[in-house]
Amino acid sequence: MAVQNKKLNLKDKYQYLTRDMGWEPTYQKKKDIFPDEDFEGIKITDWSQWEDPFRLTMDSYWKYQAEKEKKLYAIFDAFAQNNGHQNISDARYVNALKLFLSGVSPLEHAAFQGYAKTGRQFSGTGARVACQMQAIDELRHSQTQQHAMSHYNKHFNGLHDAAHMHDRVWFLSVPKSFFDDARTAGPFEFLTAISFSFEYVLTNLLFVPFMSGAAYNGDMATVTFGFSAQSDEARHMTLGLEVIKFILEQHEDNVPIVQRWIDKWFWRGFRLLSLVSMMMDYMLPNKVMSWSEAWEVYYEQNGGALFKDLERYGIRPPKYQDVANDAKHHLSHQLWTTFYQYSQATSFHTWIPEKEEMDWMSEKYPDTFDKYYRPRYEHLAKEAAAGRRFYNNTLPQLCQVCQVPTLFTEMGAPTKLSHRQLKYEGERYHFCSEACCEIFEHEPEKYIQAWLPVHQIYQGNCEGADVETVVQKYYHINIGEDNFEYLGSPDHKRWLSIKGIKPADEDKNAA
Amino acid sequence: MSQLVFIVFQDNDDSRYLAEAVMDDNPHAEIQHQPALIRIQAEKRLVINRETMEEKLGRDWDVQEMLVNVISIGGNVDEDDDHFILEWK
Ligand SMILES: [Fe+2]
Ligand SMILES: [Fe+2]
Ligand SMILES: [Zn+2]
Repeated sequence: MAVQNKKLNLKDKYQYLTRDMGWEPTYQKKKDIFPDEDFEGIKITDWSQWEDPFRLTMDSYWKYQAEKEKKLYAIFDAFAQNNGHQNISDARYVNALKLFLSGVSPLEHAAFQGYAKTGRQFSGTGARVACQMQAIDELRHSQTQQHAMSHYNKHFNGLHDAAHMHDRVWFLSVPKSFFDDARTAGPFEFLTAISFSFEYVLTNLLFVPFMSGAAYNGDMATVTFGFSAQSDEARHMTLGLEVIKFILEQHEDNVPIVQRWIDKWFWRGFRLLSLVSMMMDYMLPNKVMSWSEAWEVYYEQNGGALFKDLERYGIRPPKYQDVANDAKHHLSHQLWTTFYQYSQATSFHTWIPEKEEMDWMSEKYPDTFDKYYRPRYEHLAKEAAAGRRFYNNTLPQLCQVCQVPTLFTEMGAPTKLSHRQLKYEGERYHFCSEACCEIFEHEPEKYIQAWLPVHQIYQGNCEGADVETVVQKYYHINIGEDNFEYLGSPDHKRWLSIKGIKPADEDKNAA
Repeated sequence: MSQLVFIVFQDNDDSRYLAEAVMDDNPHAEIQHQPALIRIQAEKRLVINRETMEEKLGRDWDVQEMLVNVISIGGNVDEDDDHFILEWK
């Protein structure tokens, strides 16, 4: 009986977990069981080379995940019981959550579906197990985020129908189409897109500095779900790096295919994160770190180290990274000034930054803010003061690939709009950049099918031809409550009354 | 070119010990405190040793316990029963 409790070490345990899940089929063809494994051109010669450095087994997985959930829900309860929403820095902050709930949380759910599907596609067991654990993680992220933000929904507008909005609202087609693009690719491209380019290279920008910012703005619930989700991310990021190294080591023919995916998905992710740049610089009233500082640490420095490591496989940094690096001085300002003028069609409010915030931006963006962007805000402020708060009634031209309005400027020429176009089978298509145009050129049959919200409105597919009908009926944005300027909005009035500054004209939620 | 590995912990009670252990075992590392998080970066390599953690905590410690408090990492991971290593080779 002496050996009864002999503990297996990690490597052995992991070996036992995976070894019986892979076998050579006898009465079915392998090709029929894993039909999607080779159509992308990726050559795998030996799945047994797959290494999972975490070697997490199911018993440990459930144990640690349960511990994370217990901690998380204890904090949600405390937050709700103590009316935590009253302790945030300012109600303007809640608008970042509205964007998060409708733009990011549905991507967690899309990731769950994507990994569940992809986990079925590989004949290698290590990859299958990693994808399936990640699928469960991503479902957890989607659920915990909705639970965390449901408390805010009791006290603020714009959070009532996030999943519906994600499928329809113009700017939410940016995140939605990003994930749909990845999920409709093959399994290896999906992992390169999401595990590597998005999770390893780019999501730190959202989940680390932005969540730290949430803490700094008094939002205990959000920082807690953010970090709880992110604690799974160390595993996801590792999967991202392992999968890239694995594919590259398997066959030299894989290198150019992976390089093109990295170029594409770095760019797609960078465009998606332009929304985060604005959340960081404009929607956090108490500021921790500017977008450009975060970009320097999390992309230029960390991404630099990563791509240096990948050099030995013949991989170079993403093709358009110079454009992205240059854009760090402009991105958040270009995004916010655009959203400011389209607030009649958003589920969150916008505003002109306060004087101290503009001074902070001058300090953080010494070469660009005072020169290009402060004058715009001064003009807009003057218009608003004269009773002409500016709303742009012309619908924007969207990029056929990233679906962001063509609002960006050329590298090194910040007053020159970046725009490309081309004709494909008699139709003209428009792009925000060289990079998006190139993505289209490589897979035109895919991107001509893009569901572009502005085109759909003009084609009469969104329950009406005027913005007001579309916003109210098709998007479920409540006019006069969820949209328009922050100052004077019901959220603003409610916040003043919470802070005892001025009685709100209606008390929607006696807390 | 410098090639930094990094690890980010939630700023909580467990992580205080983790950060101490990392700083003891990696004298070349640099620690940064930001709201709600602790970020440690180092040139090329960072190691977390089970033994050091067990000394700090005065109890048995499983390397995988750490996963509950880690927010992010950069570098290639190598984990076994005795340590967790991040490195660029
Ligand atoms: Fe997630
Ligand atoms: Fe993830
Ligand atoms: Zn584009």
